[in-house]
Amino acid sequence: MNRIYLDHNATTAVDSAVLDAMLPYFSAEFGNASSIHTFGQRARAAVETAREQVAALLNARPQEIVFTSGGTESDNHAIFGVPLESLTSSTSSTSLTSRHIITTTIEHEAVLNACQALEVLGVAVTYLPVNREGLVSLDELRHALRPETVLITVMHANNELGTIQPLAEIGRIAAEADVYFHTDAVQSAGKIPVDVKALQLDLLSISGHKFYAPKGIGALFIKSGTRLRQLLYGGHHQRGFRPGTENVAGIVGLGKAAEFARLSLETDAARVTHFRDSLEQGILARVPDSCLNAAKAPRTPNTTNILFPGLEGEALVIALDLKGLACSTGAACSSGAVEPSHVLTAIGLPAAAARASIRFSLGRHTTESEIRAALEIIPAAVAQLRKLSPTYQKSAISG
Amino acid sequence: MSTHLQLDPLPATPAAETTPGLVAVAMSGGVDSSTVATVLLQQNRPIVGLTMQLWNQRRLPELQGDGPAQHRCCSLDDVYDAKRVAQHLNFPHYVVNFEEQFEARVVRPFVEQYLSGRTPIACTNCNTDVKFEPLLRMARQIGAERLATGHYARIRKNESVGRFELLRARDDSKDQSYFLWGLTQEQLSRSDFPLGELTKEEVRNVARNANLPVAEKPESMELCFVPNGNYVQFIHAYSRAEGIAVNNQEGDIVTEDGSVIGRHTGVHNYTVGQRKGLGFAAGKPVYVLSIDTQNNRIIVGEDEALRTSTFEIENVNWISIAEPTTPIHGQAKIRHKHDPAPATIDVLPNNRARITFETPQRAITPGQAAVFYNNETVLAGGWIK
Repeated sequence: MNRIYLDHNATTAVDSAVLDAMLPYFSAEFGNASSIHTFGQRARAAVETAREQVAALLNARPQEIVFTSGGTESDNHAIFGVPLESLTSSTSSTSLTSRHIITTTIEHEAVLNACQALEVLGVAVTYLPVNREGLVSLDELRHALRPETVLITVMHANNELGTIQPLAEIGRIAAEADVYFHTDAVQSAGKIPVDVKALQLDLLSISGHKFYAPKGIGALFIKSGTRLRQLLYGGHHQRGFRPGTENVAGIVGLGKAAEFARLSLETDAARVTHFRDSLEQGILARVPDSCLNAAKAPRTPNTTNILFPGLEGEALVIALDLKGLACSTGAACSSGAVEPSHVLTAIGLPAAAARASIRFSLGRHTTESEIRAALEIIPAAVAQLRKLSPTYQKSAISG
Repeated sequence: MSTHLQLDPLPATPAAETTPGLVAVAMSGGVDSSTVATVLLQQNRPIVGLTMQLWNQRRLPELQGDGPAQHRCCSLDDVYDAKRVAQHLNFPHYVVNFEEQFEARVVRPFVEQYLSGRTPIACTNCNTDVKFEPLLRMARQIGAERLATGHYARIRKNESVGRFELLRARDDSKDQSYFLWGLTQEQLSRSDFPLGELTKEEVRNVARNANLPVAEKPESMELCFVPNGNYVQFIHAYSRAEGIAVNNQEGDIVTEDGSVIGRHTGVHNYTVGQRKGLGFAAGKPVYVLSIDTQNNRIIVGEDEALRTSTFEIENVNWISIAEPTTPIHGQAKIRHKHDPAPATIDVLPNNRARITFETPQRAITPGQAAVFYNNETVLAGGWIK
C-alpha cells in the first residue's frame, strides 16, 4: 500500500540530506564537544556551525541559541525559568505567589501543564480565551497585565488549526509593559518566517522533528540579557544554561534542517499552500456539510482543520488509515485513544463538533498525486461513516 | 490567486466501502481475545484489532495507590499487551475511546442501582450497550463487516426460521452466554465468537503455539473499573466525585414478622443472600431476604426463607425464538454462578415475563439477570425485578 502522510504537524521524516549531514557524528566524528583535544574540537565546530544555522533561521545571534531535547524542554525552561529567576533578582518580593503569567487556552500541553504546575506553587496564571478563529484579543491581553506579571507566553502557530497569533503586536505590548515574552514556535519554525527581533521576543522554543530534523533535538532562543533560571543542573555546557553533553549528531541535524528551511521557506510555502487549498476546496466540494474550522485567520500554509458533522473523528482517522491515509483528530492520550481537543473547544465548538473534526497537515514532500488520491479516499470514507451514523441526518445529504 | 488542481469528477459509486470480509477483533489485552485474533488469522481472514479505552484509572484520584489496579482490563498495561499481540501477529490495531459511553451506560447505572438496593451486573450492560453497540458500529464504520470477541458462547443461524440463535459454549465451565442475553438479531448477525467451540485449555494452547506474549497471562475476574475489587469503596468515591447522594443513614434490620434484631450501616452495603454482619435470630444465622429502600430497612430471615420459586423479569429480550404465546418449559439461570434449574416462563405484557422454578432457588436477587434456556440454547433474558 502506498501510504499518504498528511500528519506533518505531528512529526516529519528526517530529510535525507539532514541525515547525511548527521551520520558522520555518530561514529567517525564522535568527540565530546567539551573536550580539549582534536576529537572534541571537531565536534565543537559542528555544534557551533549548527548554532549559527539555527540563529540565522530565527534572525537571532548564535550565542542566543541553547540546544535542548525538544519543544517540551524548551517550553518548560522558559516558563519555569522566568518566574524562578525573578525571585532572586527581585528587591521587593521573594515569593512565587506574587508572580503572574499570561498565556492562552489553546497552547500545547507543554505550556499548559507547565503553567498549571506553577499554579500549584502559587504563581497566578491568566489563560486568555480565543475567538472563533483561534485568535487572542490584544485588548484582553492588555487588561490581563498586572504589575506582578513576569511573563507572557503565547504560541506562534497552533498545532491543530494552524492559526498564527499576532505576535508582533503582542511583542509591542510586552515591551511597553517591560514583561518577558516567550513563544512556542514549534509549529511555525520552518513553515513561516520567524524573526525574533521583529516580534520582540525574549524567548522562543523550536523542535527539530517538526521541520525534517530528528526527534529529541530542539532549541530555546534566549535573548541576550534575559534573566532565566536554568532548568537542569550539571556541568558548564552551553554556558551553564543547559548542562549535559551535547547531542552532536542531533544538533548537526537541527542546524542543517534550519538551513534548508531558511533557504526553501518561500517556495515550500507557496507550493504547500496551493496543495492545502486544493485539498480544502476539493473536500468542501465533495463532502456535503463539511466546513473549515478557524480558516479566516492567518494560518500556516500546511494545516487545515475540517469539520465533518455526523461522525466520530476517531473512526474516520482509523478508516482513513486502513485505506492508507494518515491524518489526526483531537489529542492522543497515553493509551493512544483520542481525547477531545481543548483547542477546538476553546474556539467554541460543541463537544460533538470537536470530535467530528479532522486535521490534515501537509509537508514539503506532499505531491499533487497524493492530494488527488486523498480527494478520492476521504469523501468515500466520510460517506461510509455517515451511512452508519446515528446522528447524521440523511436528508441533509440530498438537501 | 492560486489555481486549484483539476480533479476528476467523483465516480458514481464510491471506492470499495468495506474490505471484503474484514473482521474487527475486540481486544482486551487478555489471552482470550488475543487468541480470537490468532484463530481468525489462521483461517486467513483479514482482521483489525480494536481496544476500547473504557475507564481512566485517574478518574477517581482517591482510589489511586491501589497497585493492582494497574493489572486490570482498563489499565494501560492491557492496552500495551493488545498492541504487542497485534505487532507479534502483524495486523492493524487501534485504541478507541469509549470512556464517555462506558461511564454513562455502565458505571453510573451500576452505582445508581447499588445505591437503590439492587445488585447490578456491569458486564451485561457493557456487552449490550458498549461492545455490541458503539463498538460494533465503529467496526462497521471503519470498513469491517463483522465484530469478533473472546466470549465463550456460540451463534448459529437457524435457516428454517431465519433467526440467529445464541448457544452456550461447548466448554460449559467457561460459558458466558449469561452475559449476552441482551443482543439483538442484528447484533448477532454481525458477531463472531470463535472461542465458543474451544475449551480454556485449548485456547491457552493456541496462544502458546502462536507464541503470544499474553499466553500465560492470568484471567481478570473482577469488574475492570473497580480497583482491588472493592466496589463499596468505588461506589463511595464515584458518588462523592459526581455529587450523587448516598443514603448512609443507619436503619433497622428486621425479621419477616417485623421484629428488630439489629442496625444496618446503610442499605447499599447489603446484598440479597448475604449473611455476614447480620447477627442471629433465635440462635440461628440469618440472611438478607430483601432490601426495603423505601423504609430504610434490611429484611432478614433463615436460609429456608431465602428460597423462592416465582419471580418477574423486565426488559425481556427474546433471542433464539420469537416471543411465544404459551408458557415454555426450560431452565433458568439467575446469576453467573448458578446452575440452570428447571423452570417455566410465561410472557407478561410490557416486555415482562414470569419465571417459575420447579424447586425453590436460593437468593433470587433484584438487579441480576435471569436467562432462560432450552438446554444449550438461550431463549430469552431479562432483569430480575
